[in-house]
Amino acid sequence: MQMTDNIALNQWLPIAYPGQVRPRSDYETILLGQRVSLQLDDHGKVSGHLISDDGSRGDAIPIVEKFSTLFSTLGDHPRPLPEIPEFEEDDRRIINCGSFKVRTSPCRIVENFLDMAHFSFVHTDILGSVERPEVLSYRTEHHQDVDEIWATDCQFFQPTASASAADSGTGLITRYTYRILSPFSVMLYKSALHFGDRLDAICLFIQPRSATDCFCFMPMAILDDVSTTTEIIDFQQSIFVQDSIILENQRPRLLPLTPSTETPTRADLSSIAYRRWLKSSGLRFGLWQSDTS
Amino acid sequence: MTLKLYNYTLSGNCYKVRLLLDFLKLDYKLVPVNFYPGREHEQTDFKKINPLGQLPVLEDGKLRLRETQAILCYLAKEYDPSATWLPKDTDKFAQTMMWLAFTNQEMLAVSSAAWFHHPLTEPSTSKSNKMVNIACAALTILDDHLAERAIMGCPWMVGKQPTIADIACFPDSALSSRVGLGHENFPYLRNWMRGFRRLSGFSTMPGIPEFA
Repeated sequence: MQMTDNIALNQWLPIAYPGQVRPRSDYETILLGQRVSLQLDDHGKVSGHLISDDGSRGDAIPIVEKFSTLFSTLGDHPRPLPEIPEFEEDDRRIINCGSFKVRTSPCRIVENFLDMAHFSFVHTDILGSVERPEVLSYRTEHHQDVDEIWATDCQFFQPTASASAADSGTGLITRYTYRILSPFSVMLYKSALHFGDRLDAICLFIQPRSATDCFCFMPMAILDDVSTTTEIIDFQQSIFVQDSIILENQRPRLLPLTPSTETPTRADLSSIAYRRWLKSSGLRFGLWQSDTS
Repeated sequence: MTLKLYNYTLSGNCYKVRLLLDFLKLDYKLVPVNFYPGREHEQTDFKKINPLGQLPVLEDGKLRLRETQAILCYLAKEYDPSATWLPKDTDKFAQTMMWLAFTNQEMLAVSSAAWFHHPLTEPSTSKSNKMVNIACAALTILDDHLAERAIMGCPWMVGKQPTIADIACFPDSALSSRVGLGHENFPYLRNWMRGFRRLSGFSTMPGIPEFA
């Protein structure tokens, strides 16, 4: 099915992680309903093509590797990829966690990533504790120069905030900053244990295969000289599959923007800002159109 | 001597071994293997540990074991002085082994189908539809068996105590909603899982829904 939403088409979308495209074998996937294939050449360079309706190889699509992720776009004037300087810092570990399938709207997935209120109940004893579920007051702002929504001054009590915090035993107040990077990507900064004021950077880039079927990529730029890469990946993947159960149970799968459809509370400030920002962007893909359905 | 388990948190077979280790209140060390996306299990270093390139692998001193069922039998025989997890009684022992074989044949369809639908992998639709049908038949057999057991007043698969047969059947049963097989059609399976979750030492695996 041909997708015509210009906002969705003009995004750089994640399409594979490094190592996923194997030599001498096409990697096939779907981007916004369009079948595409990726090839790895003898020099280690990945190229991509549309797959035509008859199964033959069609036009080339651009491929860019950034943040330990391969991106492509189906649009002619894509919104630029974000600046995330933490990925250039020498002492950080850049880790990719593979991709995870979640059967819901990409916008639901972004919103879940922004939400702190579920920590205590979905990630019990890890990212939150049922004894201390309160989401303290935080702020949101629109950074007009880059057209991003930020949520700042976020903090939450966490029993096991990260892989490196697993042995500390007592839990701690973790500080968070969120950045909505595009309609289908979001990231957070959170306190890194033993690194003073510096923050871990954890991204979520979403590949919408259709409006309700996505692959999620989570590259990270981590400050951690204790945990192994495998331990960090294990921690992040476990958190993610806990989220995916909740995400796949949300109805409607498409995200509604009308304020009366789902009633927000004070803790949902970042979700309110995201939904308003989506509404003003003119995006329709992945959203529940109450007036037209 | 410390027990060592080569582990991937999101593997149902590794989870079975972790469950038994926890039920027996044993000390053990987890060795995380970057199964995904690293495919560490396919690499030479890991194949020295298990030439089949599969998880889990258990080490106890000089003994190195692969295959989930063998590991469950070993742990129960070696570390369960009450001999309830692997019954000594000939009939009950044989029935436990019969259900262990079931998890490696019929129930395997549930994990294969669940795996195709698992967020970690790309589904192959026609193949997974066929797997879902086989999985549904396997869960029906298990549900019927548990219904018969419930009528006899026994909440477990074999005898009056939980055995490694219950452990071996739990993860796939709990994950079946991932392949669209909700538990509403398997009421005795659901009751049995409720009881299983209440066992001392139980902890869930990420990815297993609380209700399905």
